[in-house]
Amino acid sequence: MYKIILAIRYLLRRRITYFAVLAVALCVFIVVVVMTVVTGLVGDFKRKSHNFVGDCVVGTESLVGFAYYEDFIKMLEQAHFVEGVSPVIKSYALVSREQTEQNAGLEIMGIDPVRHSGVTGFGKTLYHRKDDVAKAFVPAYDVNLPGCVVGIDLWLIRTGKSGYLYEDTPAEVAFVVSCFPLTAKGAPAKAGAGEVNTKTFYYSDTSHSGLAHVDSSLVYLPFEQAQWLCGMAGPDKRASAIHIKFRPNVKLQVGCERIALLWQRFKQEKAGEKQANLLDIVTVQSWKDYRRASIAAMEKEQTMMTVMFGLVGITTVFVVLVVFYMIVSHKSKDIGILKSIGVSNANIIQLFSGFAILVGLLGSGVGAFAGWLFLLKINRIEDLLFEHFGFQLWDRTIYAIGDIPNQVELKVLAVIIASAIAACLAGAVLPSWRAAKLEPVETLQVSQL
Amino acid sequence: MSKDNFILRAEELYKSYRMGAAEVRVLKGVDLAVKKGEFVAVVGASGSGKSTLLHILGGLDKPDKGVVRFEGQDLRRLSSGQLNRFRNKKVGFVFQFYHLLDELNVLENVFLPAMASKGVIGWLVCRRWAKKRARSLLGQLGLDERANHKPYQLSGGERQRVAIGRALMNEPKLLLADEPTGNLDSATGNGILEVLEKLNSTGQTIIMVTHDERIAQRAGRIITLADGKMTHKSIRA
Repeated sequence: MYKIILAIRYLLRRRITYFAVLAVALCVFIVVVVMTVVTGLVGDFKRKSHNFVGDCVVGTESLVGFAYYEDFIKMLEQAHFVEGVSPVIKSYALVSREQTEQNAGLEIMGIDPVRHSGVTGFGKTLYHRKDDVAKAFVPAYDVNLPGCVVGIDLWLIRTGKSGYLYEDTPAEVAFVVSCFPLTAKGAPAKAGAGEVNTKTFYYSDTSHSGLAHVDSSLVYLPFEQAQWLCGMAGPDKRASAIHIKFRPNVKLQVGCERIALLWQRFKQEKAGEKQANLLDIVTVQSWKDYRRASIAAMEKEQTMMTVMFGLVGITTVFVVLVVFYMIVSHKSKDIGILKSIGVSNANIIQLFSGFAILVGLLGSGVGAFAGWLFLLKINRIEDLLFEHFGFQLWDRTIYAIGDIPNQVELKVLAVIIASAIAACLAGAVLPSWRAAKLEPVETLQVSQL
Repeated sequence: MSKDNFILRAEELYKSYRMGAAEVRVLKGVDLAVKKGEFVAVVGASGSGKSTLLHILGGLDKPDKGVVRFEGQDLRRLSSGQLNRFRNKKVGFVFQFYHLLDELNVLENVFLPAMASKGVIGWLVCRRWAKKRARSLLGQLGLDERANHKPYQLSGGERQRVAIGRALMNEPKLLLADEPTGNLDSATGNGILEVLEKLNSTGQTIIMVTHDERIAQRAGRIITLADGKMTHKSIRA
């Protein structure tokens, strides 16, 4: 009991301990804020990636695609763990705005909007047809024209944090999409006969996925039209990928493994078919693996931040060590007194360790509270800074970020607080051990007072 | 328990310290025997080894050679845990500079040895008794009104009486006082000696170290320490 009482009294009455508490509080504050923002950004990016892809993708990067996809879809639709499937055509095309000189090489994605919305978050990314996804490719100004959905950054300009200047109704604009159709063997399908397939589509909506690359380079087209453009239509139709959504209770890893088994079985069934060779280059990937290149970069940044702030933590350990060393030096007389009344070395270590835990608890409590308060107001603070000084943490005309993530994750907070307390304990170990080793006779000598 | 009524026996105690390259031999074969209820004063010049002897007798320090037996128990054979319990239960120290904990008030300083010997639950069980005993001791020492004061709010004499209260908290069989009046004026020091005499009259065994012959005269027996050895013993008439 005396250890608790003395630890509390040392904490309250030694002004130098306030510096240790302050160091811990500052460290926790910084780490909570940075980790919350970075974790929020990474989490947001993953969520958007998941929405864009669905749970699993069976597909190929080849522009030729793979055949017999409809047979595999039938197999998938019979699987009890699959909720929805969506075949997709992916390729590159030259997209020109009609009656202008503007053109760009963009990615095209052929989808059935209803099926694709059942598997991914496509429907929610639309602006005009959000509530009627079936009409995603139906321009409001003429329902008989073939429509296209363009990535929002291809059409609208970001105005800053408030988002985009949406139009009330879609503008009547035509895009000419030209694609090199390929045969099943990868040769130009129209060699010597104009070589490209060209079709005009009319702007019907924008898609805002929140993924910068997708929103700035992707044009969605109706599935059959895209299939024709890429040379994948015909008797042996081909597709680039099948996006799959699992039922809610199916774990991602388990679901993907089941799909892989189904695919192996399917491949064996089709082994003797004419275009069976195209099935060899098809892979089964979870959405995380499918988007690995992008997610890995974000996670790498997150890891780097964690390491950097780990180094900040080490600085805190050093500050606490110095403070404790000074406190122990000042308290050598107390240690001698305690030993003279029978207090053991272990109890001396416990006393100063308890003191360290109190410093850690108080410091991390103050830091976590200040961090939470700051995060609660971080977007308001950024707005004020932008209004008065034109400062933005991330320029919203460049970065696809809305509000700064400010949801403190309890798990992250618990890890930070536990680390701060552990850091204090680590900083107190050496001085505590030194305190325990002090000879009471030496500390109680008149010359030591 | 010793059969010969001696509470403490020290035989052939040697102790030396290293000061830089030189070795300072402080005790050179000290023998001492103290009976239950005795009031023994150890006198000697500064640096004669009085305090070192007291620390060795109280288990705060270890001799290089020699034996200290408390109630027949050889202190060398005690484990560190047993030695801690010995210092907590069997002996009470009173120092020249009081050595009170500044963070605790007077009452807390007095019951500190009782609290130190208990865990949280043990303390919760016995705290009423401990506080009652501490208040009783403060009453006997004339410090009833000072229970909630901090050590820095007390005079030197009051602080030393608090230190005596703390030393007596666990009812030790032996009280070891190291220059208890060395930091006090004559009148105040006299008051402290009266307290010690009163304790001794109730059966408390006391060993007091002092450099002042006049103060030593208040003890029942005087032992003189010079050049690390016992040179003279006298018994008060």
